[in-house]
Amino acid sequence: MSNKIYINGISSISAQPQEVFLGVDPVEYSTNIIPAISPDYKAFIPARSLRRMSKVVKMGISAARTALLDASVPMPNAIITGTGEGCKQDTELFLEALLRQEEALLSPTAFIQSTHNTVGGQIALYLKCTGYNSTYSQVSASVEAALIDGMMQFLEHPEYKSVLVGGVDEVSKTISSFLYLDKQLKQEEVSNLQLFKEHSEGSITSEGAHFFSLSSERSSSTYATLQAVTVFQASNAEAVEAEMIQFLVDNEMPVAKLDLVILGNNGDSRFDYFYAHLQEEVLNETAQIAYKHLVGDYNTVSGYALWLACSIFRMGKTSSIFKLNKKEVQSPKSILIYNQYLGRDHSFILLKSI
Amino acid sequence: MEKGIAITGMGIISALGEGVETNLQALLSGNTGLSFPEILNTRHKHLPVGEIKLTNPALAAQLALPELHNFTRAALLGAVAVREALKMAGLQENDLQHTGFISGTSVGGIDFTERYYKEFQQKPEYRKFIQAQHPGFTSTQIADHFRLGGYRTTISTACSSSANAIMLGAKLIKHGKLKRVVVGGTDCLSKFTLNGFNSLMILSSDFCKPFDEDRNGLNLGEGAGYLVLEADDVLDGKPVLARISGYANANDAFHQTASSENGEGAFLAMKNAMISAKLNASEISAVHAHGTATKNNDLSESTALNRVFGDSVPDFRSTKAFTGHTLAAAGGLEAVFSILSLQNNLTFPNLIFVTPIKETGLIPVVHLKEKVLTHVLSNSFGFGGNCSSLIFSKNE
Amino acid sequence: MNDLHTELKLSIIEQLNLEEFSVEDIDNNDPLFGDGLGLDSIDALELIVLLEKDYGIKLTDPDQGKEIFSSINQMASFIEAHRTK
Repeated sequence: MSNKIYINGISSISAQPQEVFLGVDPVEYSTNIIPAISPDYKAFIPARSLRRMSKVVKMGISAARTALLDASVPMPNAIITGTGEGCKQDTELFLEALLRQEEALLSPTAFIQSTHNTVGGQIALYLKCTGYNSTYSQVSASVEAALIDGMMQFLEHPEYKSVLVGGVDEVSKTISSFLYLDKQLKQEEVSNLQLFKEHSEGSITSEGAHFFSLSSERSSSTYATLQAVTVFQASNAEAVEAEMIQFLVDNEMPVAKLDLVILGNNGDSRFDYFYAHLQEEVLNETAQIAYKHLVGDYNTVSGYALWLACSIFRMGKTSSIFKLNKKEVQSPKSILIYNQYLGRDHSFILLKSI
Repeated sequence: MEKGIAITGMGIISALGEGVETNLQALLSGNTGLSFPEILNTRHKHLPVGEIKLTNPALAAQLALPELHNFTRAALLGAVAVREALKMAGLQENDLQHTGFISGTSVGGIDFTERYYKEFQQKPEYRKFIQAQHPGFTSTQIADHFRLGGYRTTISTACSSSANAIMLGAKLIKHGKLKRVVVGGTDCLSKFTLNGFNSLMILSSDFCKPFDEDRNGLNLGEGAGYLVLEADDVLDGKPVLARISGYANANDAFHQTASSENGEGAFLAMKNAMISAKLNASEISAVHAHGTATKNNDLSESTALNRVFGDSVPDFRSTKAFTGHTLAAAGGLEAVFSILSLQNNLTFPNLIFVTPIKETGLIPVVHLKEKVLTHVLSNSFGFGGNCSSLIFSKNE
Repeated sequence: MNDLHTELKLSIIEQLNLEEFSVEDIDNNDPLFGDGLGLDSIDALELIVLLEKDYGIKLTDPDQGKEIFSSINQMASFIEAHRTK
């Protein structure tokens, strides 16, 4: 029995049209809080159910369905969701009513949908899936935590064919605006496309949903194999480099053979040195790309990086808008994704072509 | 049966008190920890709660935190319980470097969000709590405090969060990803949750009556419960408190907040946990039920118990009338109670029970019962249909 | 049709986000739950809040709602009999 894990279905809802990676012009935004481009949710969710859903639930269900359709999986064995900040819109609605009305006459709908497992529960409800269901909320390593559990499902249950794993986060009016106050966001509004030219503290944020249908079996829709995922804490760039080298050794992938690295640079002058150190040193000869200048930074944005990696494997190339250096790579065989947020919750995801 | 994952430490703080021994004494005496809100600043002073009567500054002082710390109440409670668990397991500083931390919480530091929400704009000194709203923040505070350097993550599946955290820790050890891991969960009382459950009209203004025909809702509580799990090859002769021999997680896939009439999610969680432990229903000595005392949960859980165990439902009890429903922490607290049951061969009473539920006729253990226990199954169910069952077994 | 009936339909559509319905679509005798408007137990809790907020009627047992919210007519007559504002 092979213990390989294949990614057989993918989906993405983000601030950019999916065709950006094929060279279509990206959308330019001039605010630091960017909304995702909504698909036609009615195509995925009955109108009767849509009426109460906040954007995070709509995005989550739509992306989950798309990934399953892509993989031709009617019913997964397990559903594992990552969300760093959960259902902010409903939390905000209930919290503001509570404060405004001084704990009186509160309607329950927003509270019911405020828990972090709302999206995972709603996907299960929608699919009538009674299998394993969990939700991870570990800041910027929430999707990674979901992937780690997802991979372990196949060890626990060798009979499992399909595990749905994804990440979703939304912006909300007030709670997202707090990110300016504690300097997670840049104080001046910037153009997303100029993000890496700004030398200032903070970044830009957005929202989105990315789901993946993992399988123990290769199929005609397979994009890549998911080799390994790791999450760790590191206080300096040298520690990250050491961790990366060990991670690659553990997975029998010499740095020299790594074709492409997808980095989480977000234009925050306080923390981008974690990426710069790798870019200038150990990954100097590797093709490097970045994506947060297109889709912003939020806790589950590495879902976009994973979606991008799968899309690059499928198409064999990517648009120049993503490139950080001049190294060219055609039809990469291996891709490493590195992400961190505010110097914490660092993660690596390693993928190989099939 | 499966040998299971070794538990070498446990720690708890609940409305019954601080520490494993204090909680055990309270369970033995049959005295409830329920009271009325004194520390939580709410207008609903008439609603009973399982409140820990220690203020945040008192908890911070106990932990010897510096004056300008970032701990919210859930982190304070969590740290008190983790400290006890680490001490019991006798972990040394170099062990901690590679020890993982898997924590469950539903609302994390939202008690500080609701306190400072309107002031973040004006008062820069409160802004360090902006991120406290999100569950990962609480785990980060606790893990950093004890310098737990291994894999760290947070599970937020409402009231089954810490049961799922314990399950993940067991899997990480079983599959060789970690040698040592601290698992459990923490949640504090907040206006957000109290008003949320109140708006659902499922809070009782009496002390809750789990599994009673006349039950009329739950009481919220707060607390933290954590275990230390270790791989057999690093035990080095250390005493093992008990083992996690089985676990399962299923989804009811019925309704966002309500449980299905036939208790499908609960049924699957219990049944699959027994399959994972390679145990028959007849080998389960006792069930630590979720038993929140809502009309819906207790009927659904009773139906599931009948489906799993047929005519011979083992001794079962809910301890919610002792501690209140501590949401994400419930699985952690009740893991400690289940281990105490195994260690002492005692089934703790289900307080305030009088009349069995009409539809199922099940009668929980109402007086402290002494009987040899080998395997205790513990249930935690939550919003979003999340149902989890864990099986704790004697280390034999 | 009197004003209270229309007022109720408008508030229900607004409160429960029933965007696809207009006042004309709801007959006074239509069942609100199940086959009719298709409302569920969460909506019932919302309607309990609506009764208290708009008409000063406080229900303590959610089960009372089953009868009261069976149709617009039922709801209106219950409100007429018990309203405090």
